[in-house]
Amino acid sequence: MKIVADKPKMLTETPLHYCPGCTHGIVHRLVAEVLDELGKADNAIGVVPVGCSVFGYKYFRCDVFEAAHGRAPAVASAIRRVVNPDNMIFTYQGDGDLASIGMAETVHACTRGENITVIFINNGIYGMTGGQMAPTTMPGEKATTCIYGRDPKVNGNPVHMCEMLATLTGPAYIERVSCYDVPHVIKAKAAIKKAFQVQMAKKGLSFIEVVANCPTNYHQTPLESMQFVKEKGCAFYPLGVFKDITKEDK
Amino acid sequence: MQKIIISGFGGQGVLSLGKFISYSAIEQNLNTSWLPSYGPEMRGGTANCSVIYSAEDIAAPVIDHPDILIAFNEPSLDKFEGSVKAGGVIITNSDIVHKKTTRKDVKFYQVPVDTLAAAINKRGANVYMLGVLLPIFNGDISEEAAIHAVEHVFESKPKVIPSNIECLKAGIEYMKKFVK
Amino acid sequence: MKKLWKGNEAIAEAAVAAGCRYFFGYPITPQNEIPEYLSWRLPEVGGAFIQAESEVSAINMLYGAAGAGARAMTSSSSPGISLKQEGISYIAAAELPCVIVNMMRSGPGLGGIQPAQGDYFQATKGGGHGDYHPIVFAPSSIQEFVDITYGAFDVADKYRTPVMIIGDGMLGQMMEPAEIPPMRDLKTLPDKNEWAACGHSDGRPRIINSLRIEPDELEAFNNHLFKKYEEITKNETRCEEYLTSDAEYIFVAYGSVARICKAAIVELRAQGIKAGLIRPITLYPYPTDAIASKAKCDKVKKFITVEMSMGQMIEDVRLAVNGLKPVEFYGRSGGNVMMPADLVKYVKEGK
Repeated sequence: MKIVADKPKMLTETPLHYCPGCTHGIVHRLVAEVLDELGKADNAIGVVPVGCSVFGYKYFRCDVFEAAHGRAPAVASAIRRVVNPDNMIFTYQGDGDLASIGMAETVHACTRGENITVIFINNGIYGMTGGQMAPTTMPGEKATTCIYGRDPKVNGNPVHMCEMLATLTGPAYIERVSCYDVPHVIKAKAAIKKAFQVQMAKKGLSFIEVVANCPTNYHQTPLESMQFVKEKGCAFYPLGVFKDITKEDK
Repeated sequence: MQKIIISGFGGQGVLSLGKFISYSAIEQNLNTSWLPSYGPEMRGGTANCSVIYSAEDIAAPVIDHPDILIAFNEPSLDKFEGSVKAGGVIITNSDIVHKKTTRKDVKFYQVPVDTLAAAINKRGANVYMLGVLLPIFNGDISEEAAIHAVEHVFESKPKVIPSNIECLKAGIEYMKKFVK
Repeated sequence: MKKLWKGNEAIAEAAVAAGCRYFFGYPITPQNEIPEYLSWRLPEVGGAFIQAESEVSAINMLYGAAGAGARAMTSSSSPGISLKQEGISYIAAAELPCVIVNMMRSGPGLGGIQPAQGDYFQATKGGGHGDYHPIVFAPSSIQEFVDITYGAFDVADKYRTPVMIIGDGMLGQMMEPAEIPPMRDLKTLPDKNEWAACGHSDGRPRIINSLRIEPDELEAFNNHLFKKYEEITKNETRCEEYLTSDAEYIFVAYGSVARICKAAIVELRAQGIKAGLIRPITLYPYPTDAIASKAKCDKVKKFITVEMSMGQMIEDVRLAVNGLKPVEFYGRSGGNVMMPADLVKYVKEGK
């Protein structure tokens, strides 16, 4: 019998704890598939955040650091100094972690041009803690700390990370993707692959933002949540490449 | 053992004179400590340091009653003259400090150290002052040890060593006239 | 050969000699000479220095480097150390060996930049959240700073625990003769392959983690941690006794203040008053036994805890003395330093 689909070797047998319909599982799989394909899975080093993907160390079959909330890029920057330059280092962070409490670490790892890959899951909500407003919650969206919907006059405006980081000299590659349907999953995988290839070429920091869903905290069915990401999420956070120094090189 | 406070404007070489004394003490196999004032006051304001040398272990690096005060400006004389031990020594840089000490129970020397050093090396005032101090130290630190200290401090600028040694020797000669 | 070393620079060079190759820090007075020195020195020996974007980042960089198996260090001064506390708790809980230097300045708040000892509670009682203690050393001379820094990395590795070295602005800024021990051969450093997460390809992932979400798992871990602290208390407690054998008045003081006490003791003895000093060298574990045994001596009339704070270590002295003798306090704060004469006067007036 021919095996046509299998679990990536880089993922452990531990069942994922994510809610039904959540795209964290897809992105975990894409990271693992890409590192498997690049032959870089076994000695990769992951740095996982505080938030829904806090248990990332149970799922990735590689050395993993569980970092304090927001500090994954700082932890990864130090690991980069210590380990072999050929070890792939990635952080995997959510929006509260990366764009709120860890904004300084994110910006400064980017501006230093650390040779690491940052995977940023932007679902516009604090999932793990129960649906509070995130730095990327869109105007009008309800959260447990803005129950009438985010009002920029009261709650401030959401942050567009890719656009902001693209203004810096340090990052090498910045792309925003999504996983709301199969073609976009395939595109997301290509982006993540490109990000690790940039790291393998030691070109500097690569940053992949995934516009993601949170059916539980947005009170949506999995399908509704995908539709929401497609229609609202990707309209507010447009997909595309925001910086690519490999192109500029040519 | 001598407890010395050196004080003046930042940039007058106050802290480096203290280091010269400490380096000389090491060359003489003595224990020594050098404690600077630090912080914003160093930037253009007043600077001072407390220097101790001793054949014994040095307990406190802080000095409440110095044996010797070297004041490079008037505020320093005002601030510290009251704390000098009875029978101690106050030296002023009389190119800058025009008034005299109010203390009657100390030995007081006014040394126009900027003018004296300038004849040899315009930047040699603090090494000249080191020379001035050696006779006051009464043989605790030899001329040779002080020369070694000067050589050590200016290791990376060998060109300036001879003129600084000249300043040192001139300082010693100058003070020998007053101290037996 | 003994050389004249500034406290901060001596610590930095001693760390390099001990095999420390990574430093992460953020500027704050009065410890800036440590990062300044290591910024050029570490690249010379094949290491790396990062001026972090904040103290918070710096401590988490330390977490990364220590977790990857390197000898690494950070330093700061009081307000900056407050910012590092969360990270220190994580480091203790992930059992990562590393060294943290605190050159204390006066507080609370932004406070001042002059010497103080107001971070005793923070250093010795955990400082961050949860049940843990770093090992805390409090040297009192530049040579002792060198020797303790040199040994601190070994102690950290032996117990897989953060070690804190505390001084104050006076000790950081002053110069004294000191000798740096020989450079450690990196090949002789402890092998951390068993647990360090540095990108293995042997199929057994190493996890650096402090999340233990099951109560029983976390309680078992806390028990393990405190067994380790018992071991540390047994093996690593250190103090110096100075002229205590016939002493009637015993000062208890650490760091620079202990030296001021020594000067006062010399003066008191010259006036016929038998004074002595117990100087804790480790603040955690605390030399409780040394103080307790003196408390049982008939000769001893009282203990006087001397600190550059409003009185923090005095609580540990009282616990050790356990009511057997009076425990008094003499303190200065705000960045003021007591003089030996102040202590002489205090003892004579209270006699």
